Amino acid sequence: MLSAVAVALMALALVLVFFVAPVDADQGITQKIFYFHVPIALTAYACFGWGAWKALRLLWTRDDRYDLESYTAVHQGTIFGLLTLLTGSIWAKASWGRWWVWSEDQLVLFLVLFLFYCAYFMLRFSLEPGPGRERISAVYALFGVVLIPISFLAIRLSKNFIHPVVFTRHGPQMTHTMFAAFCVSWAAMLVLAYLMYRVELLGKRIDENLRELRATLSGA
Amino acid sequence: MSSGEKYVAAAYAVVLIAVLVWAAIIAAKLARLERETAELSDLARTRAASPPSEARLADG
Repeated sequence: MLSAVAVALMALALVLVFFVAPVDADQGITQKIFYFHVPIALTAYACFGWGAWKALRLLWTRDDRYDLESYTAVHQGTIFGLLTLLTGSIWAKASWGRWWVWSEDQLVLFLVLFLFYCAYFMLRFSLEPGPGRERISAVYALFGVVLIPISFLAIRLSKNFIHPVVFTRHGPQMTHTMFAAFCVSWAAMLVLAYLMYRVELLGKRIDENLRELRATLSGA
Repeated sequence: MSSGEKYVAAAYAVVLIAVLVWAAIIAAKLARLERETAELSDLARTRAASPPSEARLADG
């Protein structure tokens, strides 16, 4: 059911982006990247936020099932973070003529956020499995979430930028059809991310159960 | 195809490829889980079958 919703939303998003939303007068056809790039970035933030929430639940309740849920959410966030960097670089090359601009706070802060979560895996897999690793991973995932508002607000705090600002205090700076295409794309990305999260979590849980079963059968 | 269109196609292709790679990884994992489940199932069946035969040997 969830996969059907994801496919339907993705198809609707593509129709709205390429056949309904008008071509941007300023950027031309390259602005179409916006409809996937920004929803992917927002979905990455949502995944990291979800991972932090699960980490908080772990620290609060000491229930170890939240460890796997937090880890899976951070993993999804990292995948979407990598996609944000790749699609953003392609858009930067198309719009600014460069793959990357180091002077842009928004780009650099997102890269810092991405690398921070890459280090999460290095930390996690350098520790022995058990309650210690679960708690340290949870604390790390919680620290990472602090970077999200900084990354999100960087473009608004920066005085000298070339990265476009679409959402201002006066609302979205685009037409209604453009905004509709953006919203559907974002909904599609969120459903896709949730689907991926559920499938990956299910796989990891089955893996864990099989390992326990193997140990039980070997010991019997 | 204009230069702008190529960049748009590239950006959307990156997302599509990522989803396909993810699906391929999950498919490989499912195949492994299926194999492991079959192995454990065989092991459990062997374990279940062995005690009566051992008992029969002891009786004999």
